[in-house]
Amino acid sequence: MTHPTAVLGVPTSRPAAGSPVLTVSDLRVSFPGEAGRVHAVRGVDFTLHAGETLAVVGESGSGKSVTATAVLGLLPDDAEVSGSVRLGDRELLGLSDRRMSAIRGRDIGMVFQDPLSALTPVFSVGTQLVEALRIHQDLTAAQARERALELLDLVGIPDPRRRVDAFPHEFSGGMRQRAMIAMAIANDPEVIIADEPTTALDVTIQAQVLEVLRKAQEVTGAAILMITHDLGVVAGMADRVVVMYAGKPVETGTADELFATPRMPYTIGLLGSVPRLDAGDRTALTPIEGTPPSMVDLPAGCPFAARCPVAVDRCRTEEPALRAVTTGAAHATACHRAQEIDAPGGIPSPGMFPTPASPRRPGGLPRAERPEVLRVTNLTKHFPLLRGSVFKHRVGTVRAVDGVDFDIREGETLALVGESGCGKTTTMLQILDLAGRRAGSVAVLGKDVGRLDGRGRRELRRDLQVVFQDPMASLDSRMPVGDILAEPLRTHGWDRARIAGRVPELLRLVGLLPEHAERYPAEFSGGQRQRIGIARALALDPKLIVLDEPVSALDVSIQAGVINLLDELQAELGLSYLFIAHDLSVIRHIADRVAVMYLGRIVEAGDVEDVFARPAHPYTQALLSAVPLPDPRKERQRRRIILQGDLPSPADTPSGCRFRTRCPKYRDLAPAESGRCDTEDPAAGVLGEDHSAACHFAAALEVL
Amino acid sequence: MTTPASATGTAAPPRSRSRGALVLVRFARNRLALVGIALVVALVLLAYAVPPFLHWTYHDNDFASLDTGPGAAHWFGTTHSGQDLFALTLRGLQKSLVVGLVGGPLTTLIAAVVGASAGYFGGWTDRVLMWFLDLMLVIPAFLLLAVLSPAFQHGTWLFFVILLAAFGWMITGRVVRSMTQTLREREYVLAARYMGVHPLVVIFRHILPNAASILIIDATVQVGAIVLGETSLSYFGFGIQAPDVSLGTLIAAGTPDANTSPWLFFFPAAFLVLIGLSVAFIGDGLRDAFDPTARGAKSRRRARPAVPRSRHARTARTARNPRRKPTAAVVPAAATQEGVTP
Amino acid sequence: MGRYLLRRLGNYAILVFIAASATYFLASFTLHPDINYLSKNPRPPLHSIYTILHGYNLDPHTPVCLRYWRWLTGIVLHGDFGRTYDGASVNTELGRRVLVSTELLFVATVLGAVGGVAVGAWNALRQYRPSDRVSTILSYVLLATPVVVIAVGLRTLDTAGDGPLVQYIGMYDPKVHGTLPVVLNNLEHLVLPTLTLLLAQIPFFSRYQRSTMLDVLGSDFLRTARAKGLRRRQAVLRHGLRTAVIPVMPLVVYNVVLLFTGATFTEEIYGWHGMGEWLVDSITSNDVNAVAAVAIFTAGIVLIAGLLSDLVYAALDPRVRT
Ligand code: SF4
Ligand code: SF4
Repeated sequence: MTHPTAVLGVPTSRPAAGSPVLTVSDLRVSFPGEAGRVHAVRGVDFTLHAGETLAVVGESGSGKSVTATAVLGLLPDDAEVSGSVRLGDRELLGLSDRRMSAIRGRDIGMVFQDPLSALTPVFSVGTQLVEALRIHQDLTAAQARERALELLDLVGIPDPRRRVDAFPHEFSGGMRQRAMIAMAIANDPEVIIADEPTTALDVTIQAQVLEVLRKAQEVTGAAILMITHDLGVVAGMADRVVVMYAGKPVETGTADELFATPRMPYTIGLLGSVPRLDAGDRTALTPIEGTPPSMVDLPAGCPFAARCPVAVDRCRTEEPALRAVTTGAAHATACHRAQEIDAPGGIPSPGMFPTPASPRRPGGLPRAERPEVLRVTNLTKHFPLLRGSVFKHRVGTVRAVDGVDFDIREGETLALVGESGCGKTTTMLQILDLAGRRAGSVAVLGKDVGRLDGRGRRELRRDLQVVFQDPMASLDSRMPVGDILAEPLRTHGWDRARIAGRVPELLRLVGLLPEHAERYPAEFSGGQRQRIGIARALALDPKLIVLDEPVSALDVSIQAGVINLLDELQAELGLSYLFIAHDLSVIRHIADRVAVMYLGRIVEAGDVEDVFARPAHPYTQALLSAVPLPDPRKERQRRRIILQGDLPSPADTPSGCRFRTRCPKYRDLAPAESGRCDTEDPAAGVLGEDHSAACHFAAALEVL
Repeated sequence: MTTPASATGTAAPPRSRSRGALVLVRFARNRLALVGIALVVALVLLAYAVPPFLHWTYHDNDFASLDTGPGAAHWFGTTHSGQDLFALTLRGLQKSLVVGLVGGPLTTLIAAVVGASAGYFGGWTDRVLMWFLDLMLVIPAFLLLAVLSPAFQHGTWLFFVILLAAFGWMITGRVVRSMTQTLREREYVLAARYMGVHPLVVIFRHILPNAASILIIDATVQVGAIVLGETSLSYFGFGIQAPDVSLGTLIAAGTPDANTSPWLFFFPAAFLVLIGLSVAFIGDGLRDAFDPTARGAKSRRRARPAVPRSRHARTARTARNPRRKPTAAVVPAAATQEGVTP
Repeated sequence: MGRYLLRRLGNYAILVFIAASATYFLASFTLHPDINYLSKNPRPPLHSIYTILHGYNLDPHTPVCLRYWRWLTGIVLHGDFGRTYDGASVNTELGRRVLVSTELLFVATVLGAVGGVAVGAWNALRQYRPSDRVSTILSYVLLATPVVVIAVGLRTLDTAGDGPLVQYIGMYDPKVHGTLPVVLNNLEHLVLPTLTLLLAQIPFFSRYQRSTMLDVLGSDFLRTARAKGLRRRQAVLRHGLRTAVIPVMPLVVYNVVLLFTGATFTEEIYGWHGMGEWLVDSITSNDVNAVAAVAIFTAGIVLIAGLLSDLVYAALDPRVRT
């Protein structure tokens, strides 16, 4: 055995590469629920081979996470589980807690989604790692600590000797996830289960963590079972893929097959609905209409039938089984019509789901001649940094927004992007507050907010509306939809009759029915709720709508519909959007212009095509290259720029260029040149007609 | 408009039960809660509907039977001066129930108004209100109420109840404040604010109704606390004054002879316990009904939001768990423990 | 850090000052220390009554502001809380009573805290099993039972047979002599009051511990601990209990400190002359200076309890420490 188990010091006999390590067959899980039994998993089969990565993909409620939890035997007591889970040749289902505990953590390592809540808050990271080691290995405390330090070093935690005694809350999200991975591989497992391991992280951190995961796999030779909803991550990581829908696998195959020649309408739809960073031009996305079925009483037949554009009568009566596409092939689908798809004379997969026509945009005036809807000049917001709870005291200043300038012209969309902590949300709130006294100025529709009186400000609120991220939280759950839509109208003095006329109009505008006015938000799906949020924002016929991550809480198949709606409304009503987002792929589809933020500043701004095709700031380049593409072939060929370390605290911004601590270009500069980055804060340099970047050495680089 | 026929036709999910109905159903499923409701109804009926049919009123003296134990003539026995203890107890029950049912909600109301204002407006409003709250905590309520007790001599028990409430709202006030601070950052509240809705309207339309679960539960619990507070003060002679009786005064009168004439003490005491029990059952049933995850915590894992990118979902979760301000939770303790208002 | 501590203590001083002054004035207006003398039989001559009271700064003929000023300067300059209506030093009485309360509360609070946490955690682990249901019902009943009822109930039970099983009036039987017998007798007298306090506290702490424990049982980190290979029980004890106890301990500390003046019923019914009893007795005996002293003590206790519970919280939870 030559692979470096020695690093971990546990010489185990390892199954030869390619032999099955984990076999799941006919796994079924159900829970008691409020409305009846929830059949979360309804017969899952897959085999995980040594050394490979198998991705289980699906949208929320597809049963993918429950499957992973069932494999580990960590389902709540009231869950009913049947079928079989075999590790090598040991059956795991039905093992006692004692025997299962001997397997968990030793043969199967687990990485959970949210590394903050997944680590015990009151123990140091080192303590928890040492514990993981000593449960399964006979080590002295000192030995275990040494081993823990090695592991932390392996997963790329800088200066582990200093960091080992830190508590989880003192780690950044990326660091915590690294520590989780260290724990998962501590005992050199055969299988690592990673449940949405990067979902809670920013893209540049996601790229780092996926890199660590690959390294961990290399070191341990473990097979990875990856649970995720992100097709980009799948394309980059997985050898094979299982697509789940309504508690069952509906298509499985190698990553290449699945992305290149999907044979099941759901997979085809899913791939079609993903906004792609590498797609040129603004085209409408292809949504999958409808919502997944309830898992309490599933209708007979194919669970996808209600949303499937090619469903036939048989689909509504008989549930298709998972069958190989061509006899003997690994590629299998659960669809009655799989043979017809993309067969000569059959159903062509492109165009299977109707794509709405891209809305025609008024060709209109060139940008410079259109009126300004929003202008932000030198916007600055600093917060006191407080410490301690018993004796709260100020220890510094957080420069959340530190001199931001941009403008939005009529009928266009500006996307403000950046990772968490970059200040985009603070910028948004500062604009929405319409506060009078502040550093810098905000002008809406040409009126300087600072000079407005109370009434003027109220008037202005009509023209400036907002749609929030979480469709759950943005609607008051106690109010019927009609009242929610009426609230802005009432506030601005509309009478009852006018309101009664306006509400159905609004509902229709966003693709809902007037009858829906009587229902409560809880009765709608996430996508529909977001439509209600949009309708509320439209109520007063605003000029500018601030969209705060309006689709990031939605599943991709739903997201596409909302993005299309926003696009149509803009074309129809001549709206301007300020779109706050972290997802660059979505932005490519919706925005005209983009501004990239880093540590309270805009580092690059300009026309979307220009910025995405020829990013000039090293940060934009890294950001774009970190976004995974839902295309395994492209993913394999890409050269990724991986940023080092975490975002510095906005309470402690570096001197000179604030990106220099992580800048890949800075490291390659000659000392004479890099001195400039150390001392001189780069101003925005104009690179093109509508393209500027704040870097002394800005130079375009193609990264997609 | 070429709106996708999308979300429309196929979509609208089957009509589900409204939240209120759901809470009711869950509440009704809780057996203890139903017992609690039944108990309260029974107690109220007993206190108000029964006395007119009794042979003895609470101020009659049966000089033929002084200090007799329970029997056919006097179900709960008689006092040293021959008063019928059953009639007396029902009379005391009336007073205690009224005090609790008025005082409990009143306490919660004060807490809601002060807490929500402090939490929503923040800044100086918050500082001033919180300082006042601290002051109210520090002022020894028991002493103050006791010292003021001569003022209730003339039958104004309502004044007494208001004072009890005035010294009982502080802890809930803190809880409401911290809830408001969370709610204030909720997107629907932000949305209302950015629409230009007046702050007071926001508090009454969005904040308080969404804190309703806590408030309703608290009002229930406060009923128990107020009854206990009244009892304690009356026990030492600082509360309800003769000739009026409450369970507290009866218990106090029965204490010295609890060994020799136990009925004098234990019958009124039993009713006090019944009030406490029923209120606790209802409170807990409500808590379970409003927040089904609080107990089992089992369903929580599955109830995780769709794509947990949402930073709000995350904050909501953290807000629920750690950093519970200890002093905020501390609360009911002081009130229930020794039965002395804090 | 020192500056913040000072600022907080300064605020505390102001709060206590206001609370104490308010109580002093209110007590001076409504309480009449002269009644204690006027109702004596035979009644002492009026002028001598008021001369005596004047000496104790209790003379109703002195303007209240003047009395207040004397009282305040006495405290601030000499730490002297004045005299009781019968001339004893309030300071001495306070010291004696604090000691009595401490003895009464020490065992009860330690056992109460430990017992409450243990019962609560144990119940959470066996949620909905018979043992949990029984102790749930039991704790409901005990929580709904006022302390008077518990105390009198225990007392009645104790004397149900021929004569008391354990003695309970006062701290010890004055007829007993010799160090060891007095100590033993004192311990015997502790039994019932301690039991009373335990019955009131354990259900309360255990309900709270049970619910924080249930919260923790559904947490992600417990799942991680089990995914590492800890058995359910090990994971719960090592990771769960340690975390679930965080919100409970400050509560315990807060309540224990407040009990110093809160054990009124227990002290009253079992005849212990502690602080709780004084709270009531000082008022019934119209003893203005004693009332004011109790007010200061109570106010101080509330603040100390808050401070201590914050500190305990910070000590237990690294997230708050920083
Ligand atoms: S079985 Fe029918 S409904 Fe299901 S995916 Fe295939 S064609 Fe569509
Ligand atoms: S200015 Fe220097 S450090 Fe900053 S981005 Fe450009 S090269 Fe990097």
